[in-house]
Amino acid sequence: MSASPYDALASALSSLDVPCERTTPAAFAETLAAHLREPAVGVALDGVNASLSGTDVAVDPTPATLRTAETGVTPASFAIADYGSVVVPSTPSGTELVSLFVDRHVAVVDEADVLPGMEAAFDRFGEEFRASASSGIVATGPSATADMGALVRGAHGPSEVRVIVVEETDE
Amino acid sequence: MSDADELRSLLATEGPAVSAGTQGFNRGRYESVARLSEYEGLKAEARSIKEDAIERLPELIDQLRETVEDNGGTLYLADDAADANDYVRSVVDDRDADRVVKSKSMTSEEIDVNEALAADGVDVVETDLGEWVLQVADEAPSHIVAPAIHRSRESIADLFNARFEPDEPLESAEELTRFARDHLGELIADAQVGMTGANFVTADTGTMALVTSEGNARKTVAATDTHVAVAGVEKVIPTVEDLHPFVELIGRSGTGQDITSYVSLLTPPVETPVVDFADDETPLSELGADREFHLVLIDNGRMAMRDDDELRETLYCIRCSACSNSCANFQQVGGHAFGGETYSGGIGTGWEAGIEGLDVAGEFNDLCTGCSRCVNACPVGIDIPWINTVVRDRVNHQGEDGGFDFLVDGLTPEADDGSPSLQKRFFGHFETVAKLGSATAPVSNWLAERRGSRVAMQRLLGIDARRELPQFQRETLVEWFADRDVTVANPRREVVLYPDLYTNHVQVERGKAAVRVLEALDVDVVVPAVASSGRAPLSQGMLSTARGHAERVAETLGPHVDRGRDVVVVEPSDHAMFQREYDRLVDADAADALSANSYEVMEFVYGLLENGASTDDLRAGAGDRVAYHSHCQQRTLGLESHTVAVLERCGFDVLTSDVECCGMAGSFGYKETYYDVSVAVGDELREQFRADDARDRAVVASGTSCLEQLDDLLDRPTRHPVQLLSPP
Repeated sequence: MSASPYDALASALSSLDVPCERTTPAAFAETLAAHLREPAVGVALDGVNASLSGTDVAVDPTPATLRTAETGVTPASFAIADYGSVVVPSTPSGTELVSLFVDRHVAVVDEADVLPGMEAAFDRFGEEFRASASSGIVATGPSATADMGALVRGAHGPSEVRVIVVEETDE
Repeated sequence: MSDADELRSLLATEGPAVSAGTQGFNRGRYESVARLSEYEGLKAEARSIKEDAIERLPELIDQLRETVEDNGGTLYLADDAADANDYVRSVVDDRDADRVVKSKSMTSEEIDVNEALAADGVDVVETDLGEWVLQVADEAPSHIVAPAIHRSRESIADLFNARFEPDEPLESAEELTRFARDHLGELIADAQVGMTGANFVTADTGTMALVTSEGNARKTVAATDTHVAVAGVEKVIPTVEDLHPFVELIGRSGTGQDITSYVSLLTPPVETPVVDFADDETPLSELGADREFHLVLIDNGRMAMRDDDELRETLYCIRCSACSNSCANFQQVGGHAFGGETYSGGIGTGWEAGIEGLDVAGEFNDLCTGCSRCVNACPVGIDIPWINTVVRDRVNHQGEDGGFDFLVDGLTPEADDGSPSLQKRFFGHFETVAKLGSATAPVSNWLAERRGSRVAMQRLLGIDARRELPQFQRETLVEWFADRDVTVANPRREVVLYPDLYTNHVQVERGKAAVRVLEALDVDVVVPAVASSGRAPLSQGMLSTARGHAERVAETLGPHVDRGRDVVVVEPSDHAMFQREYDRLVDADAADALSANSYEVMEFVYGLLENGASTDDLRAGAGDRVAYHSHCQQRTLGLESHTVAVLERCGFDVLTSDVECCGMAGSFGYKETYYDVSVAVGDELREQFRADDARDRAVVASGTSCLEQLDDLLDRPTRHPVQLLSPP
């Protein structure tokens, strides 16, 4: 039997040293708490079966608050299991900024949106971009550079990434 | 052109950092593509997308203009660098910007937009950490993906400590990175204009893909309100789905990463709010996203390359750097020698020839030896050695040293070959030299090795006096064979053993061994007199002469093939000619017949053993330990494994080298200019064969050049592997 998309994602993320955890909508706030380093900011988890209400995350921060935040929590449009990638959409709510101008990015994605590989991902991008001229970042692990003579994690973007996968509910 | 002194200096200063970096990328590439089960299929798909896109380019640009404008952006098609710079300057001026932050873009290097903007008083800041190092140091990139690859951590620390005088001197890569990020972070936050390149742009949606790792390209776009993207016209592909194979291939092929940290898929202007980081009142969601977008597509010679049957393939290049990293010479000298105004490495020749012209391409083109190790590494299958050969041929036609024309009898170029240098003519007409050498041996060898001769050869021909010259044999392989009377009863196969130039005149013993091995396996062998393959003139860019050789070879071997004889080739570089180059030199039927029916000698022996021949008829290895260096072009054709399999089946204990090339590469290592580069490349092979597990092994190699190089590098005698199998 082949691994489930979640298992494949978790395995790929593990080789990138990115912690990945599966949770339910009900247990989400508790699960998230363990991944926050204060101060934490976030954008509303539109499109994901979870909410930031009742967490220690400052939702919809000002630019100045964002600049001093350690952790940024955002939804991911979908994940790509083979590569351990999450897709960060560019939204008017500032998802790109909150995922980028922090040291730790926590991405939240529905389990139903874990796609197996790159081909499925680009089929979805094609549909989305043609429908709405939107943008997204395929983000795989932390930002990194080898330009200073050795590999360093944490270049201009986050030095740490966490992924939380929200299980489908039976309702 | 870099002269010997400049190359020697680069080998000493930048060589160590370049070697470590490129060889790390190259190892990573092998490992990463091995993990991709669809690798070859994705390469074929990527190739066909590029072929189609370049074919339909004008139509795709029209479509892209519509989608970009529908999205609310502007597309400007610039004829050349000045045109592009004027447009960018006007955008920056209209925005009234005092700072432009840039992410890495080779195309922006090509047009020198930084200088153009700086002249207007604009502060232009490179935010890619490698590019920023170069901006601080005022240096040019030495690699198309890792621009500061020639700089070690220590040299960057020295640079930053001297320039910025931090309170605590910077030392580790982490400290250097943190310092650069903090410094650049401030500059990005206050900038008005963000300039990026684009790895790909899709015509259907106006989406650009940016392949990065640091996150600076994301910040460059997200933190500014005016986005200018600068890209060559060749970056346009039809659809979003077409991005798929490239995204899977580009990181693996280049730096050996399965994927880079970020692949930004931007359909600008992006919807991310425009922020002022001092704003502590307005939530992000209430900020507008009033952002301008300008896509500047640059021709600058590309449409003419599209019309050029030989240079067109260059436009398929996705700038991954695989050809640089897999190149033994590049690994030693880097892009400051092996590069032009902007582009470096194997494919750099095509780019520089098309964009800057032959003068610039000719400056570094001779550093490509045609070893072909980049061919399989290229994710879009560009025949990079062929582009280098064509450019060399064109450079020869520009030559101005006609005064040497009749100085050396027999070295007059064919009328259509232009005016290659005397050195190129000497090596290109090596068949003439070899015939004369054998006819007058041993006197020719004795004369050639006299000190006065070597001084004259170095002065007139640039042949380095430190190299031992090939020893011509008085009796050629063809003559030896004609004097034999051996019949194979009930032959299993009938073959022509192709008497390549070196096997016929210099390495005659390996030819005799090949005949004996084949006959021992019940193969009927003939060794007719045949012209040399044309490899020698081809390698000097003397295409017309090479074509003449190829036609004569095809004429002689064609009738043998028609009668059902296979062609067996000892010299791998000549076998590679038949397989890879003849379809460009002779008519398609003749090329196909020769390519389909010719075999490298050990490949042929492997086939015989697979089909019932017995190793009992060959000399048994009995556990003898050998160190085997395959030949670069042989490995590109996938034929290293056949030699290893045959030797192991015969009982030898085989250790193989894993360097890309021995560094000799035909005439390259003989040339005074390149002697030191050649030896530096060879040193890696020498180290491998002097390691603990290798130093007591007998050395075998398939190529003439490799044998010559190994003879110079090691104290042990060298042989062709077929000589190990020759029955007593």
